[in-house]
Amino acid sequence: MKMTYREALKEGLKTALENDPRVFIIGEDIGAYGGTYAVTKDFLKIYGPEKIMDAPLSEAGFTGIALGAAIGGLRPVVEIMTVNFSLLALDQIINSAAIYRHMSAGQISVPLIIRMTTGGGRQLAAQHSNSFEGWFAHIPGIKILTPGTVEDARSSLHFALKENDPVLIFEHALLLNRSEEVGEKPLLLNPFKALVRKSGDALTVITYGGMLPKCLEAAGESEKVEVIDLRCLRPLDDETIFNSIKKTHRALIVDEGWRSGSLSAEISARIMENSFYDLDAPVERLCRKEIPVPYARHLEEAAIPGVEEIKNKIQEMLS
Amino acid sequence: MERSEQVKLLHNMMRVRRMEELCAELYTQEKIRGFLHLYSGEEAVVTGVMSLLKPRDNVMATYRDHAHALLKGVSARVILAEMYGKAQGCCQGRGGSMHLISQKDRFYGGNAIVAAGIPQAVGLALASKRLQEDRQTVCFFGEGAMAEGVFHEAMNMASLWKIPILFCCENNLYAMGTALDRSQAQTNLLKKAQAHNVETASADGMSVLDVLEKTNQALNFVKDKGQPFFLECKTYRFRSHSMFDPDLYRTKDEIKKWKERDPIESFKKYLMDEHLIIQSDVLHLEKKVEDEMQDAMEFAEQGTLAPVEELEKNLYENDL
Repeated sequence: MKMTYREALKEGLKTALENDPRVFIIGEDIGAYGGTYAVTKDFLKIYGPEKIMDAPLSEAGFTGIALGAAIGGLRPVVEIMTVNFSLLALDQIINSAAIYRHMSAGQISVPLIIRMTTGGGRQLAAQHSNSFEGWFAHIPGIKILTPGTVEDARSSLHFALKENDPVLIFEHALLLNRSEEVGEKPLLLNPFKALVRKSGDALTVITYGGMLPKCLEAAGESEKVEVIDLRCLRPLDDETIFNSIKKTHRALIVDEGWRSGSLSAEISARIMENSFYDLDAPVERLCRKEIPVPYARHLEEAAIPGVEEIKNKIQEMLS
Repeated sequence: MERSEQVKLLHNMMRVRRMEELCAELYTQEKIRGFLHLYSGEEAVVTGVMSLLKPRDNVMATYRDHAHALLKGVSARVILAEMYGKAQGCCQGRGGSMHLISQKDRFYGGNAIVAAGIPQAVGLALASKRLQEDRQTVCFFGEGAMAEGVFHEAMNMASLWKIPILFCCENNLYAMGTALDRSQAQTNLLKKAQAHNVETASADGMSVLDVLEKTNQALNFVKDKGQPFFLECKTYRFRSHSMFDPDLYRTKDEIKKWKERDPIESFKKYLMDEHLIIQSDVLHLEKKVEDEMQDAMEFAEQGTLAPVEELEKNLYENDL
């Protein structure tokens, strides 16, 4: 059957709410409004205000409340409307959620899940188009999931709920309406491991999230191009990357985030540290231009890697 | 109130004071490092509030947290061992003075980001309510925290969603070195809480009996109405903000005036005037406190260092 990324997220949330009485969702406009991206449409009617908590515009406050509730024995799922607003809750996420287990020598568990929409591509300009998931991956103590397929969107929450540590799930805005053929039941593939989405023998393209469909389209039917979907940015599954490079001897990282001090830089460094002698060419990167994302369509398209740009880079590296 | 309970209040205030003074000594001996914020002068607040709490209740405090940990049931041994950076400390030397945490005592810190603990305490109270646990939740913070946005966010949601929690503001008049009237346009702190439709009261934070009485009323309100309550305790710290603070922003005269209202000395005098204790009782308590703190210090001295091989443990439940 066909299912959209949005429906997959919805199914994951419903399953969680129905299977675990400790689960509740908290966030801005998730109830009466139905969710800014309509993921939680009708939830308030079905599950009531205790489970579906419409929060005031207080990202730090409701993230902190969810964090306390998680320590206190509940299973909160926070929806931060977009990654851009998560900066208002950074202190709670980084200075508290990420550190409590370690700083308390293992006494405190923080089973906190935070979902947020990420990425650009919808002409929302600089304050609504950021891609900060790689940035969050800098922080020890949290786990970062970036579902890039409907199947992964369907099961990320299932796995996040099994964790007793904070898990951040980044859902790409451009994927919400994408649909894929799926089975009746979710496949439940461990999301903390990378997957080879397409195999090839001459170039490894490493990507995740919103860039995954673009990379797969750019790779087309080429037997030379292998595409790795990272799926999880922390912990990073190095092994899958290194194994692929042993075979292909070339690597291209495609990341929607900025390149300076970034996830793509980290992956590139790890390849250098571990796979230097496997490489036949320097590692290359495609990232967003180092400017705030502009509003005008042609400018935004020029700022964020697109299928054509990826295709050209692949050809350049293979020639 | 029973005589024994009153004596216990005095005893607890003396424990807090002695532990803080001992920490200062140990700091100058470089046994304790990092930042060290002492509570001397404010003992009536923590003692009055904590005397009404049970082990099952939740407490969230600030970076000035030794007293709160001690009176919530964390032993002086474990507290001092933590400040010594030893494996026997409550956080095995990961937290230090500002981050004392003890899950088994439901003492959640020990939070060194001003006001960050406030929404978290609201969350703890929400969880206890939803899980129908018989727990009260108390959140301590200073008046400086009330300038932070997250204070107002948490206060609004606690009120809006009727979360049973006691907010206890330790108003010692200075956010580090900045006086209340130099940092907040509204110096009537009750009005700030009232703006969020939260019930309020103010207590004399230099009087343990007044704090206790107002806390009792506040906790009863929280329990009966299932709503938050804001209690301001007006107090004063006798020492500088931290061991690095030369205390340039307060006059000697001001400090002297507040010291004349020493919460321990005044309560001692009250108990003597009422013939509830005599001098030998005080000496007995002093000895008891000294024994406890010396024992704690020896425990910390003899503690072992956490093995460096375990440095990266406990980042996640299942270490990667």
